[in-house]
Amino acid sequence: MNVAHPNTTAGKAISANGLTRRFDSFVAVDHITFDVAAGEVFGFLGANGAGKTTAIRMLTGLLSPSDGQAMVGGFDVRSQTEQVRAHIGYMSQRFSLYDDLTVRENIRLYGGIYGLDDKAIKERGDAILQELAFTPSDKAMVASLPLGWKQKLAFSVALLHQPAVVFLDEPTGGVDPITRRQFWELIYHAAARGTTVFVTTHYLDEAEYCDRLSIMVDGKIGAIGTPSELKQQFAVTSLDDVFIRLVRATDAKGAA
Amino acid sequence: MSAVIVSNVIKRYGDVTALNNVSFEIAPGELFGLVGPDGAGKTTLFRVLTTLLVPDAGSATVLGRDVVRDLWEIRSRVGYMPGRFALYADLSVEENLSFFASVFGTSIKEGYDLIAPIYKQIEPFKDRRAGALSGGMKQKLALSCALVHRPELLLLDEPTTGVDAVSRREFWDLLATLRASGLTIIASTPYMDEAARCDRIALMQDGSLLALDTPAEVGLRFPRPLFAVKSAKRAELLAALRGYPHAASVYPFGETVHFSDKRAPMSGEHVVQELTEYLRSQNLDDATITPIAAGIEDTFMELMGSKPSEVSLPGKAA
Amino acid sequence: MSGKKSGAIVALGAFMLKEVRHLFRDKQTLSILLLLPIAQLLLFGFAVRTDIHSVRVAVVAPSPDFVTADLRTRFENSGRFALLPPVPTYDSLTALFRSGSLDVGVVLEPELASRLQSGEPAHVLVVADAIDPNTGTTMQNYAGAVVRDWQRALGTNAGGIVVDTRMRMRFNPTLESVNLFVPGLIALILTMVTALMTAISLSREKERGTFEVLLVSPLRPWQIILGKVLPYLVLAMANVASVLLAALLVFHVPFRGSITLLLCASTLFSMVGLALGVLIAAVTSSQLAAMLLALGGTMLPNTLLSGLIFPISSMPVPLQIVTNIVPARWFIEIVRGIMLKGIGIAELWQNLVVLGVMLAVLLTAAIRKTNVRLA
Repeated sequence: MNVAHPNTTAGKAISANGLTRRFDSFVAVDHITFDVAAGEVFGFLGANGAGKTTAIRMLTGLLSPSDGQAMVGGFDVRSQTEQVRAHIGYMSQRFSLYDDLTVRENIRLYGGIYGLDDKAIKERGDAILQELAFTPSDKAMVASLPLGWKQKLAFSVALLHQPAVVFLDEPTGGVDPITRRQFWELIYHAAARGTTVFVTTHYLDEAEYCDRLSIMVDGKIGAIGTPSELKQQFAVTSLDDVFIRLVRATDAKGAA
Repeated sequence: MSAVIVSNVIKRYGDVTALNNVSFEIAPGELFGLVGPDGAGKTTLFRVLTTLLVPDAGSATVLGRDVVRDLWEIRSRVGYMPGRFALYADLSVEENLSFFASVFGTSIKEGYDLIAPIYKQIEPFKDRRAGALSGGMKQKLALSCALVHRPELLLLDEPTTGVDAVSRREFWDLLATLRASGLTIIASTPYMDEAARCDRIALMQDGSLLALDTPAEVGLRFPRPLFAVKSAKRAELLAALRGYPHAASVYPFGETVHFSDKRAPMSGEHVVQELTEYLRSQNLDDATITPIAAGIEDTFMELMGSKPSEVSLPGKAA
Repeated sequence: MSGKKSGAIVALGAFMLKEVRHLFRDKQTLSILLLLPIAQLLLFGFAVRTDIHSVRVAVVAPSPDFVTADLRTRFENSGRFALLPPVPTYDSLTALFRSGSLDVGVVLEPELASRLQSGEPAHVLVVADAIDPNTGTTMQNYAGAVVRDWQRALGTNAGGIVVDTRMRMRFNPTLESVNLFVPGLIALILTMVTALMTAISLSREKERGTFEVLLVSPLRPWQIILGKVLPYLVLAMANVASVLLAALLVFHVPFRGSITLLLCASTLFSMVGLALGVLIAAVTSSQLAAMLLALGGTMLPNTLLSGLIFPISSMPVPLQIVTNIVPARWFIEIVRGIMLKGIGIAELWQNLVVLGVMLAVLLTAAIRKTNVRLA
């Protein structure tokens, strides 16, 4: 299941240039500029209220930028929102699959929404269940599955239509340590097949699994680089410490 | 006298057993951690201890009182912070706090010195609506509300979920301060670094206690020598280690992979030697292998009992 | 991937299918949504009667004779009327109207028969209780028809005698519809503010999660409930005051009775609504279900079964029995009686007792159902 995506800007799956968003006088995202290569696993971190969620909303076409631009999967988020949405996948902790539908019903639903024909839905659905070594009973509602399985399944379903980029919002909250690692292996497999993975998480030990990561503070990107680069930059041994040093240095007043 | 005694508690919801014969004791002044994923039974346990649920079997005593019979005595002596910070979004910080204070027959003034280290951090915002606070501030407000009436026992259900690393650390610094003043605290957390700050921790999964001990002892429970293996070629390293016939456990941990060898009595040096040779044969010349002490998470995964490369389904569907 | 157009339709279809599944799997909401229309259908079918049955009529005949007896017989034999025992004077009609036991009075002049025989015009007065102007007019017309038949029969026999009938509407001479709906409006507003808002407020607290924290405190459930409920009581009374002021000053609705009694009755009725709201919140598991049940279980019966729009006496008997448990039915009688008829405790004490009993029953049930724990 290889993903061939010619639709990238000079090999970049995501590129943001001076991306800004204001709410009245409050600047939530302040001219951020960064890019993500195709097939990269990119961690997008930040403190609560730093502007992470707003930035992601702009990249997924849910919110229009006040200033600046961004390209996702080769499409402009402002003028080509529909194409952006058709070429990305999304999964969050709060919402993944519909609890009161069965596994297959969920697969069929998302397949249908993204315009896949019945044959493709069946084939890809089977492939997903096989990769997860999962044979759910036909009647089992997603609600009855343990959380870890729901999340893994949701991730796979987000990839059903073979998007160029998949956005994951805190995908492993509340999940046991083994399942978390299995989840990250799924992420690696997807990245190896060419899908770009854009993930946010509060688990800084997981951030270590990323190829590169950025940390937002007060609407700006405070740091960006590979995990080792960042640890060297701040002369610490864990990303946890990087995060704390960065955030504490920036908000001296402890405003949030 | 123990602050909390739980004896063979069983609690079911339909055909799901949320608590499966759980027993433990907590000493006064202890900072006790409950560690486990969603569905482990942590919230159910909290609800039994706060007298919100009655166990189907077994008994529990909180501060010397039975959770079923003496509920009102317990309810006036504990501070409870349920998940998702139960606060009134349309009331201000101060209004929330004075409401919870008055419900316990006290006032902000009377409880001030106890909550001061926490409250001082959000006091500048006391007129702001609670709904407009950031996650970290809501957390501190919720903690203040739970403490203002000077409880003897504090129960915190996932107080740091969804909150960033800085706020988490600050929060646990506050807990350490509170504990120093003699308060007994039970907190659940999914973060191992927070669990490591507790006096003792209980590892829970699917309603059962996998282990209960000090963090250090829990690490020591790991039955084999543990090694951290590192290489620039991460995916290949993982595959190679999994393919190693003597591998007992192989788990990624950030930049390294924790590895243990099946052959128990073999010396550490021997293990390293054989592994290095094997990895070289797999073209992983830059691999480094370092012996390390097992941590809580290593033990937890060991006790959970899955084999590393098997993607098996614990329990439910199929 | 399929072509764009069919893709859009396939996506739409997939989405619709999902919504259908959601709907069918939320059993609680689904059952309320299915049962509610059926309930409405039955109520509308049976309760809505634009024709009127069992009009209670009394004939006032100062000098009863065969002519007046003939009239009485006509009323008795007509399917629509329930004839009351003879009433001696015009003034005794007043008492009957005030107590609500009479719909239409037919008043005959004394010495009717002799007047007819001597060829003088004889006057007949038809008076209807027009608290509800719609039914009042209809009832008056029915009675008028019977009188005209009687008149025609007489005329044929006695050779061209004229009986002059005059219609008069009591309690609402100008047939103001505002007089009709103001009492009903008070009942509806009170129900909305008390039952609906309380049910929503309580179930929202549970959904929010703060309820758990409230439980783990010295607060007893009755304190929590009372604390939630009293502000709505005050709000309800403020609403009564404003509606009354508007009715009196802007619409000039008459107010013939005791304001104190009205306020007491409103307080009692509000408390019934509050108890009902608490009970609804205790038995439903979501805010949505609480809201639907409150709307269906209070507003609906209040509009259809309280006698507000459709007269109870015209409903089929089983439904009439049902209206006895609708609190608004008793309350509306009180309000109309006080405002338009000027009656007081003497006539309305039964209504107050009934409301009191309802309050006691609902309160007990609400307290029983309110749990001291989560389960």
